Amino acid sequence: MSGKSYLDMELLRFSTAGSVDDGKSTLIGRMLYDSKSIFQDQYDAIEASSKKKGEANVNLALLTDGLRSEREQGITIDVAYRYFATPKRKFIIADTPGHIQYTRNMVTGASTSNLSIILIDARKGIIEQTYRHTFIASLLGIPHVVFCINKMDLVDYSEEVFEKIKKDTEAFVSKLGIKDIKFIPISALNGDNVVNKSENMDWYQGGTLLYLLENIHIGSDQNHVDCRFPVQYVIRPQSDEFHDYRGYAGRIAGGVFKPGDKVVALPSGFSSTIKSIDTMDGPIEEAFAPMSVTLTLEDEIDISRGDMIVRENNQPNITQDVDIMVCWLNEKPLQVRGKYAIKHTSNDVRCIVKEVKYKVDINTLHRLEDDQEIKMNDIGRISIRTTKALFTDEYKRNRNTGSLIIIDEATNETVGAGMIL
Amino acid sequence: MNNYNLNHLKELESEAIYIVREVAAQFENPVLLFSGGKDSIVCAHIAKKAFYPAKVPFPLMHVDTGHNFPETIEFRDKFVEEMGVNLIVASVQDAIDQGLAVEEKGFNASRNGIQTVALLKGIEDNKFDAAMGGARRDEEKARAKERFFSHRDEFGQWDPKNQRAELWNIFNGMKHFGENFRVFPISNWTEMDVWQYILAEGIELPSLYFSHQRDCFIRDGVVMFASDVMERKPEEGVEKMTVRFRTIGDMTCTGAVYSEADDLEKIIEEVAATRTTERGTRSDDKRSEAAMEDRKKQGYF
Repeated sequence: MSGKSYLDMELLRFSTAGSVDDGKSTLIGRMLYDSKSIFQDQYDAIEASSKKKGEANVNLALLTDGLRSEREQGITIDVAYRYFATPKRKFIIADTPGHIQYTRNMVTGASTSNLSIILIDARKGIIEQTYRHTFIASLLGIPHVVFCINKMDLVDYSEEVFEKIKKDTEAFVSKLGIKDIKFIPISALNGDNVVNKSENMDWYQGGTLLYLLENIHIGSDQNHVDCRFPVQYVIRPQSDEFHDYRGYAGRIAGGVFKPGDKVVALPSGFSSTIKSIDTMDGPIEEAFAPMSVTLTLEDEIDISRGDMIVRENNQPNITQDVDIMVCWLNEKPLQVRGKYAIKHTSNDVRCIVKEVKYKVDINTLHRLEDDQEIKMNDIGRISIRTTKALFTDEYKRNRNTGSLIIIDEATNETVGAGMIL
Repeated sequence: MNNYNLNHLKELESEAIYIVREVAAQFENPVLLFSGGKDSIVCAHIAKKAFYPAKVPFPLMHVDTGHNFPETIEFRDKFVEEMGVNLIVASVQDAIDQGLAVEEKGFNASRNGIQTVALLKGIEDNKFDAAMGGARRDEEKARAKERFFSHRDEFGQWDPKNQRAELWNIFNGMKHFGENFRVFPISNWTEMDVWQYILAEGIELPSLYFSHQRDCFIRDGVVMFASDVMERKPEEGVEKMTVRFRTIGDMTCTGAVYSEADDLEKIIEEVAATRTTERGTRSDDKRSEAAMEDRKKQGYF
């Protein structure tokens, strides 16, 4: 990489979903290897470990399995983050394991992703897990989902097999409301259509997986319509030079802010005008998600952490009664009538769980209205009432103002992930 | 129609600023660990940006092994003075003198392992409830599993199998009395991102990172600086070599690389072309396959 070309690179975060045998680790290994992102000493180290264990091939899964107990058991316990870059984009991969705590890990990895890769074994077609992975991707609002039909080498690179799986998948995805789906026939083992175009599938006219990752349009993944600025920290220099300076620091959660905009501070409802948008590099003319900036206002009004600055004519819901889809992350099940702490944007409140409306069978997507017990890895719809009003948007409309976490006040552990309906 | 896209460095910077502000908001007494290496220099730069035009609202802490490169200490003192913050030095020598840690013996003796003792003592003595550091997930396989907000028990220990779930951009810093957090604002950065950012922002670095001439010797295939604190074997001859350092730890465990790269552009080209990881010259990681994981469990960062 030379010159300043890296100043035009974008960041794409994606997650991979798959179970043990569908070749997920091989695919990631292939991408890293063919894009020359594995270092020689890393490769040497896993080659030596593979040999020591008596494995015939270099086990690329060892690249992501970082903990001693993971290597001992040959499984991935936790989400692992991998990084690689091409001249066009930098990629962050959240590699989520397919075993225990499956849903918990996939939800974690998916929560920050622009894109999800779902692997389907060409020999097996759609299986129960495909529904589960796709449902979670849609629930977490991942804008782009790429179905990689893997192991095409084992079905003689057959176009009919690919087309049939594609048709079946499209049929059930249409109900889930995912914005953008793509299909690619690949062989992760042999490298067909991963980084390099396959010579075995002339019938496939689309790009390779890497081409797609490099070119897919991600500029619209953030909400640039509804102006939302959760105040994170108040900056008061109290120095001679900035004697009366009072700035509201935070990360734009939606919309585009400009100096001169008429704004309202929530919950007080006081109006003012944006005086400046400050950064250490100087004031800027506009700010949009996900920029971290400092706003100053024309009027002195009382604003602190947890408040939200929005536009007068486009306000979020201001409510203490919130309906959410929750993914439960803890061994101790959700307690109906139980009290929990909540973190939502920069707000800290407490809540009581009013009721469980239904649980979702994540393999069939059926609503289970009789089964009310939400245990670890379960997903269900619940109603909560908070001690203080939250400023929310529908998760589908804005992932930043539509998400919250539920914390057990006795252990301080994060026990639930909530998506606001 | 405007193009509302940030480039990758701006997005990483924004994420890191958000994390640092979150620490200042959620904790009562945070500290930024500062080693004088490029990652902690970037973190300190991010902290300046996060609170501008106010001063950074927490001190820096340096865990001083007593075996630092003189260039690092000189740089550190100048940096802290310009930044106008307090510097706390947690001294490994003091920990040894007080009998809290025992120095390793032999040719490969290093104070890296007992740094943890001084670090934990520094945190305890000053009652810090959050210690930010410049560790990155791409550095090492155990670090790839770290959270941004890493919860530590009252002994400062890391339990990798029992980490809190971390979703979206919501960070849970809730804790019981006596527990603390390690926080890693640049978790998602790679070595290349750090160098590109240093170039883009014009950040000053210690001279050790740039190609220079130095008295060195070779041990186990690694180029080491022939300092007073390292005992050499008879066959380890000293020569003047043209080298630079890719990482800066203490003199006993940080190897140099042969390099002619004397400015940032050349370093970026070198990093892009290199085929070994940055910590490939760190003998502290090579003691066993899980050397880093074990040290982290004990309280290393």
